[in-house]
Amino acid sequence: MSKTSLRTSPAEGGLGDEPLLAVEDLHVEFATRAGVVRAVNGVSYSLNPGETLAVLGESGSGKSVTAQAIMGILDMPPARIPKGEIRFRGTDLLKLSDEARTQVRGQRIAMIFQDALSALNPVFTVGWQISEMFRVHRGMSKRDAMAKAVELMDRVRIPAAKQRVHDFPHQFSGGMRQRIMIAMSIALDPEVLIADEPTTALDVTVQAQIMELLAELQRESNMGLILITHDLGVVADVADKIAVMYAGRIVENAPVYDIYRAPAHPYTKGLLESIPRVDLKGQELYAIKGLPPNLLDMPTGCAFHPRCPYRQDNCVTDAPPLYGISGARNSACHYWREVLDGDPR
Amino acid sequence: MATQGERILEVRDLVKHFPLTQGIMFKKQIGAIKAVDGVSFELNKGETLGIVGESGCGKSTLAKVLMALERPTSGSVVINGRDMAKAKGAELKRMRRNIQMVMQDPYTSLNPRMTVGDIVGEPFEIHTEAAPKGDRRRKVQELLEVVGLNPDHINRYPHQFSGGQRQRIGIARGLALQPEIIVCDEPVSALDVSIQAQVINLLERLQNEFGLAYIFIAHDLSVVRHISDRVAVMYLGKMVELGKDLEIYDRPAHPYTQALLSAVPVPDPEGREGRERIILQGDPPSPANPPSGCRFRTRCWKAQEICATEEPLLQIRPGTAHLSACHFAETHDVVHAG
Repeated sequence: MSKTSLRTSPAEGGLGDEPLLAVEDLHVEFATRAGVVRAVNGVSYSLNPGETLAVLGESGSGKSVTAQAIMGILDMPPARIPKGEIRFRGTDLLKLSDEARTQVRGQRIAMIFQDALSALNPVFTVGWQISEMFRVHRGMSKRDAMAKAVELMDRVRIPAAKQRVHDFPHQFSGGMRQRIMIAMSIALDPEVLIADEPTTALDVTVQAQIMELLAELQRESNMGLILITHDLGVVADVADKIAVMYAGRIVENAPVYDIYRAPAHPYTKGLLESIPRVDLKGQELYAIKGLPPNLLDMPTGCAFHPRCPYRQDNCVTDAPPLYGISGARNSACHYWREVLDGDPR
Repeated sequence: MATQGERILEVRDLVKHFPLTQGIMFKKQIGAIKAVDGVSFELNKGETLGIVGESGCGKSTLAKVLMALERPTSGSVVINGRDMAKAKGAELKRMRRNIQMVMQDPYTSLNPRMTVGDIVGEPFEIHTEAAPKGDRRRKVQELLEVVGLNPDHINRYPHQFSGGQRQRIGIARGLALQPEIIVCDEPVSALDVSIQAQVINLLERLQNEFGLAYIFIAHDLSVVRHISDRVAVMYLGKMVELGKDLEIYDRPAHPYTQALLSAVPVPDPEGREGRERIILQGDPPSPANPPSGCRFRTRCWKAQEICATEEPLLQIRPGTAHLSACHFAETHDVVHAG
């Protein structure tokens, strides 16, 4: 029932103006003993088929919580979604029943986690864990599902897949484990893949392999990819557009080329300037002063104002809305014009 | 005291093997993890030597052997003319004053039940001659001030500080005994991007102020480039290339270094389609059973027969001005975006 209502019938054809996935004014809060933590405060972003959206932010910025809300894997309580919509092909996932949600989760929206070793179950073989997708969601027999698992392991280029399908997660290297995670996530041909720091725990040469694999799988299946990361290098390599998060809000979003050419928010600008560059060797690095805010005790007005070199009096009192700059660009800074022009602080 | 440019550390043919045993009662050695397998380099006063390599290449074991936390299987670690690998008892304790460490994870390397004052002052408990008892509190406060923390916070506990501040506490502890050498093992990799630059700037300022020599171990190649005078690249327990930062980054001669550099994502989307990228196949082999000859040959696109039979030595190769360990070393111009 709900499953069929979600499936796009051929007659529907294109998506019209509705993106594949749209997060609209999402709020997530956690009830803790110390008080209510507002982890996500009005986040909006959208994703089209075949597109890569990078969500950039530091720890505590709310980037992973947003992803967990999309997946529907937040523990509620303590988490609560007081406001917002997550529309997948026009249907608000937050209004669906648990049962209907299960039909979407893993099948149509899938996720890869940062730490593959703790995301995989240590007491089952990887083949069993991959084939579980087919047994549970597709009702396949054990034998058929296992054959599918071998096929998938081949697809994510695990050597000698036929032999290794009976190995346990600890018998694989970090890069291979991440490939197994990817195999599980793409098993049911999802339309949206969320990758939460997929390469952070990996070495650079392995990171390059994994990012290449993801790009290839995306090309083959035209899925939308949400890449959650804090690495400005990875973002520049693969993203089509970027949403920069700070203290639970999107402070800037833009197509990837625009943001690296001329950032329109002081936080983005600071991050880009603090990267060590060849031509600045021996000089002091630019450092954003101060610390990320405590989510229990958020600054008034703009959450970035205590660290911001562009701060004026109204930043302390008025939270800036997400100003439209041009086309697909937005910045949540009262003084985005000055930042964009690169005015000295 | 050594003057600028004087050699203070000389490492020769350093080897650290960890035995692999079988059986419970009668443990029989069946092999060894060759974590560090013949590493030589030197370090001058006030200099920074960056060490890069992937996990499992032996860079952290090297740090532990340099700190005398692990005893080497063979080889020597000569600090100011004396071999620390052979030193014992009081002499070893005295030598340890001169080489200190900053750990990777500021969340687990500080004892949560000790105050900041106790943590930073603990080196004085061990080396009582470094500061008379009545003077310690003042010394600790001075150290906190040097690393940019509020000296009044001496009685606080680690959990009351953020990650960047905790790493500053770790640095203050490393500075307490006024060492000449500090080994930094991934000092910024656990920190948020906006905090990393603050800690790197602090390390550079302290180096200028106190003439410290750093051994800077990291996997972030752009950070290593920024801070290092010379860079060593390690692969499976061996150094494969060693040279000035410019030589390594702009004219790498070893295929592994070339692949490593090309795999680093450049934080600039301009021209990303046309960027040359060498993607290595597979994973590094196990250090318990490394390949014969050149250890990189199993993943190398230049490998020939000679690579399997003859181990390439770390030496200056024709056409290059720095040390590299490849039979077919040739410089490779790297085009940077930045």
